[in-house]
Amino acid sequence: MLVHMRYFASLREAIGIDAETISLPQGVNDLQGLRRFLAARGEVWSEAFAEDKALRAAINQELVKASASLRDQAEVAFFPPVTGG
Amino acid sequence: MVSAPALRVVVQQEDFKLDDLLAQMRHGRPQIGAIACFVGTVRDLNQSDTVSSMFLEHYPGMTEKSLEAIAQKAIERWKLESVSIVHRVGLLEPLDQIVAVATASAHRQDAFESCQFVMDFLKTEAPFWKKEQMADQTRWVQARASDDEARERWL
Repeated sequence: MLVHMRYFASLREAIGIDAETISLPQGVNDLQGLRRFLAARGEVWSEAFAEDKALRAAINQELVKASASLRDQAEVAFFPPVTGG
Repeated sequence: MVSAPALRVVVQQEDFKLDDLLAQMRHGRPQIGAIACFVGTVRDLNQSDTVSSMFLEHYPGMTEKSLEAIAQKAIERWKLESVSIVHRVGLLEPLDQIVAVATASAHRQDAFESCQFVMDFLKTEAPFWKKEQMADQTRWVQARASDDEARERWL
């Protein structure tokens, strides 16, 4: 399964990239799995995606719950809680 | 005269004029008797630090969709004639306007309540992030629990 990742704000700065396409290994089919997969990259990734880090997620540009499942070719975004207005 | 409520969402770098926004909302809609508006502006002080400027990042595409969905929820919940949201992005300085939300209705109660509703959801769901520039450092603004609580009262 391919997913098109987007990262924003302090998260983007911490990991140093704003977008990438990832081919997910078998068994990673939801956001929690994806988060663990990204954290396992080590170094800045393990801290940025640590379990206690408050992150929000969107799939195809809609806010979703932390447990949402993934579909092939989805646009998946992770970002810190929003601070507009 | 009956027409569907108008919904307008704009995300832009440029400043906006509230007068123009209101005139546009009222144009051709004599059924409007009340407009509530909120304007958010850049403060020069946050958490006791002097802020010299701020940068507003957003998620192009999702931002507009998110704001439209929030305006639509307000239209479903209150009797509204028109909802307008303008949000700026990019580099802003103290005194600059950041956001305007205006809701128009026949009567004030619907206008007042829906304007607060739109702002409470915008603060907690629309993908914007503020980074403040101080004299010798920058910092990302942290989300506040009080904003989540303000949203929850509508649920």
